[in-house]
Amino acid sequence: MTDISKPAAASAPINYTRLFERVALLIVWALLIGLFTALLPKSFLNWGNFSIMFASYAPAALLALAIIVPLTAGDYDLSVGATLTLSASMIGVLNVWYDIPIGLVLLIVLATSVVVGLVHALFIIYFRVPSLVVTLGTTSVMSGIVQWMTNSSTIGGIDNALINAVVGYRLFGIPYAFYYALVAAVIMWYVFDYTPLGRRLLFVGRGREVARLNGIAVNRVRLGALLMSAVLSACAGILYAGVLGSADPYSGLNYLLPAFAAAFLGATTIQPGDSTPGVPSWPSTSSPPALPVYP
Amino acid sequence: MVSVSDIASSGTDMTRPGAQIALPVLSVSNLSKTFGGARALRGVSFKVLPGEVHGLLGKNGSGKSTLVKILAGFHAPDAGGGLEFNGETVTLPLKPGDYRRLGMSFVHQNLGLVPSLTVLENLRLVQLTTAKSAFINWPAERAAARAALTRFGLDFDPEQRVDKLTPVERALLAIVRAFEEIEAARAITGKPGLVLLDEPTPFLPAEGVAKLFALVRSIAALGSSVIFISHDIDEVMEITDHITVLRDGEVAGELVTAKATHAQIVEMIVGRHIAASAPRAAIIDRPVFARVENLAGKLLEPSELDVGKGEILGLTGLIGSGYEEVPYLLFGARPCRSGAIAIEGGTRIELSSLDPKGAIDRGFALLPGDRQGASGVDSLPIVDNMFLPDVSRFFKAGRMQNGAMVREAHALGTAFEVRPNDPGLKLSALSGGNAQKVLIARWMNRSPALLLLDEPTQGVDVGTREQIFAALRKAAAEGMSVICASSDAEQLAEICDRVLVFAKGRICNQLSGADVTKDGIAEACYASVSLSGAAHTTPSASVAS
Repeated sequence: MTDISKPAAASAPINYTRLFERVALLIVWALLIGLFTALLPKSFLNWGNFSIMFASYAPAALLALAIIVPLTAGDYDLSVGATLTLSASMIGVLNVWYDIPIGLVLLIVLATSVVVGLVHALFIIYFRVPSLVVTLGTTSVMSGIVQWMTNSSTIGGIDNALINAVVGYRLFGIPYAFYYALVAAVIMWYVFDYTPLGRRLLFVGRGREVARLNGIAVNRVRLGALLMSAVLSACAGILYAGVLGSADPYSGLNYLLPAFAAAFLGATTIQPGDSTPGVPSWPSTSSPPALPVYP
Repeated sequence: MVSVSDIASSGTDMTRPGAQIALPVLSVSNLSKTFGGARALRGVSFKVLPGEVHGLLGKNGSGKSTLVKILAGFHAPDAGGGLEFNGETVTLPLKPGDYRRLGMSFVHQNLGLVPSLTVLENLRLVQLTTAKSAFINWPAERAAARAALTRFGLDFDPEQRVDKLTPVERALLAIVRAFEEIEAARAITGKPGLVLLDEPTPFLPAEGVAKLFALVRSIAALGSSVIFISHDIDEVMEITDHITVLRDGEVAGELVTAKATHAQIVEMIVGRHIAASAPRAAIIDRPVFARVENLAGKLLEPSELDVGKGEILGLTGLIGSGYEEVPYLLFGARPCRSGAIAIEGGTRIELSSLDPKGAIDRGFALLPGDRQGASGVDSLPIVDNMFLPDVSRFFKAGRMQNGAMVREAHALGTAFEVRPNDPGLKLSALSGGNAQKVLIARWMNRSPALLLLDEPTQGVDVGTREQIFAALRKAAAEGMSVICASSDAEQLAEICDRVLVFAKGRICNQLSGADVTKDGIAEACYASVSLSGAAHTTPSASVAS
C-alpha cells in the first residue's frame, strides 16, 4: 500500500530539464549583463544606469501585465500600445493645452480606458468578432484619434507633480515608477495564485465550454479581463507620460511587441514544457497560450 | 448517363444466382484486430460485388468502425488477414492514403468538407491542391465541377459557399466528391471503385434520405460499389443488395436483402442468446423526484419524463434519435425549444431560463460526454479540475488554501481510486478512465440531487467502469437521482432501474424491471425505428407505469 497520508509530488524525481527551462531566461539575463559589463565596464555596471533602466521600462512591464489578463481568459488584446499612447496624449492635451488639474486628468484618462474596454467587450463578446480583429481595429481608431488630438506633435510641460511621482522621487535610488510596476505584479500574482477569480480566469481561457458547464459566468469573466487590460494600459500610459515628461503621439506603439514578448516568455518560464517543442500550442487551438503567467 | 430506374436491374443481375459471377471489388478474408488483450475483430470475411450496394450492420462496438479504420489505413490488422481489391492482393497493413490509389473513398459522418470554401473548391480540393501545374485553370475546374454535379442531377451553384448549403446538400456534395475521387482512380486502373458511406443519414430528414439514396443508386448504376453503414434497418433494407452483419467482432451472418425480413436482421444484430441476466429487484415504487414536461431540443420533439428519487434512469436510442440531448437540456447547457422541470412537486422551472450556474445551485450536476472539450481541462492540474465548481469554498482568510485543496483532492482521489493519485499532476497525465474518475468525483463530492450523465464510460476500461458503476449505485441508494444517456446497452442494463428508448425525437418504449437487459435494450432500439411511425402511442413515460 502506498502511504496515502503523504501529499503527493514529493516523491517525484527532480526533472533537471524542467528546472533548466525555468531558470534559462534568468541565465540569459545574467549573461547579457555580464556581456555589457565586459564591453562597457565603466558606464554599464553602475547603480545610476540600472535605476534608469528599471524606471524607464516600468511602462513596458505594466503593459505586459495588461496583456496577460485577457490572454489568460483566452482573448488577445493588441490594442494595449494604442491605449497607452491615447492615455499619455490625453494627459498632454488636457493638462498642458487645456490646463485641467492633473488629478482630474488622470481620472478622465482612467474613465476613457474603461470605455475602451467596454467597446472591446461589445465586439468580442456580444458580436463574437475574434479578439485579434477587434483590437487591431481599435488600435487604428485610437491611433487616429491621437494624431487628431495632438496635431501629430509632442506636447511637453506636463505637471511636475506627475513627473515627480513617477521618476522624481526615489526609494533606494530607484524611481517610484519601478515600484508601481512591482506592486501591480505582486497584486496580479496574488490574484492569479491565491483567489478563486484566478482559477476561473484560467479555466475560461483553457476550456471555455468546461468553465461554462461548471457554472462560471464566462462572459462576465472575459468582460472583466478586457476592462482590466484597458485600465492597466492606461496606467502604463500615465507612467509613460511621467517618465518622458511629455506626451509623444508616436512611440507608444513600439512597446506592443516587447510587451507581448515579455508575456509569452514569462509563460514559458513559469510553465515550461506546455507545448511540444517547436509546436507552440496556441495557434492551433485559437485560444492563447499556456498560463498562469506570473510577472 | 444511366437513369435511376435502370439500376435496380443492373444491380440485381450481379447478385442473381446463376448469373456470371463477377470479380468482387473488395474481398476481405479472415481479418482480425486485437487491441491490447481485447479482440475487436475476429476472422472477418466478406465480399462486395461490382455495382452493388452492400450494407454493413452491427451494434456499437461490433467492430464496424475498426473495420473501416483498417480499410482507411488507420489501424494495422493482425497478421493472417487478406485483402483483395478487384482481384489484386493488397499488402496489409494499408498505408494511410493507399485507399485513394486503389479507388476507395470514404464519406464519414462529419463529411470532411471545408465550410468556408465554395462548392467548387471543395469538390476539386484534391485536384486544386495537388496539381503539378504552376497555375489553376479556373474555367476548366468550374466545368469539371459542373459536369460532376449535373451527372447526378444536382443543381448547386459551384460558387456557393458550403456553409450556405442545407445539411442534405452537404451530404450529397460529400458523396459526389467521394465518387469523383474513385472515378479519377478508375480512369487510371479501368476497374470499378468503392465508396464507403459511414452513417450518412441519421441527421437527415426523410426527403433528404430519398435524394441521397437516388445518388447512391446512380453510383452503383455506373458500375462502382457502395458500402452503406447504418443503424437504420428500414433504410438498409431499402437501399442495399447484400447485408453483412457484425456482432462482437465476428460476422454474424450475410443476407440477400430481397429475401431478408426486418425481424431476421434485428435478431442477427442483437444475437439470439438471451443472456441469463442477474435476477433484478422488483420494480420499486419510488416517489417522483423530478418531473419534466414538454422537453424539446434540436432533435428531440416535445417529450415528458420523470425520474424517481434514488432511481437510475437510462435514456437510449439509435444515433440521431434525440435522447443524447436530454442531459444538456435539463442542465440549461443547450438552448431548448421548450420544457420545464418540477422538483419534488415544487414549482415549475422553465428550462429556457435555466443556465448551468442556476442548475448547479439547484443541486444538478452534468457530466458531458466530450471529456476533453466540455468536462475537464487536460492542461490544468487534477486538483483544479476536481474543485472547479467549488473554488470559492477554499478562499479563506484572504487567500486560496492551496494546501487544504490538495489534501482534500488526495482524499477524494483515494476514495475514487484515481491512479496515480497525485493531485498536482495535469489531468492529461491520467488515462481516460482515471480522468473520468476525477471528473465524476468532482460532482459526486457535491452530493448532487440529480446527476445527469452523457456516455459516462466512453473510452473507459472495464475495471474502471465497474468502479464508476459501484459509485453510482451507492449514491443512488443514498437518494441521488441519476439520468444517464448512453448508446451502450450493456452499461444501461447493468446500472439502470428503468430505460427509455427514443426514436425520431420521441420516447417510443419504456423498459423496467426484468426487461432491462442488454439484449432487451438493443432489440428495443432497433425495433424503435419501425415503430417510430406509431411513436405517438406512448409519448410519456413515468415511474409509476
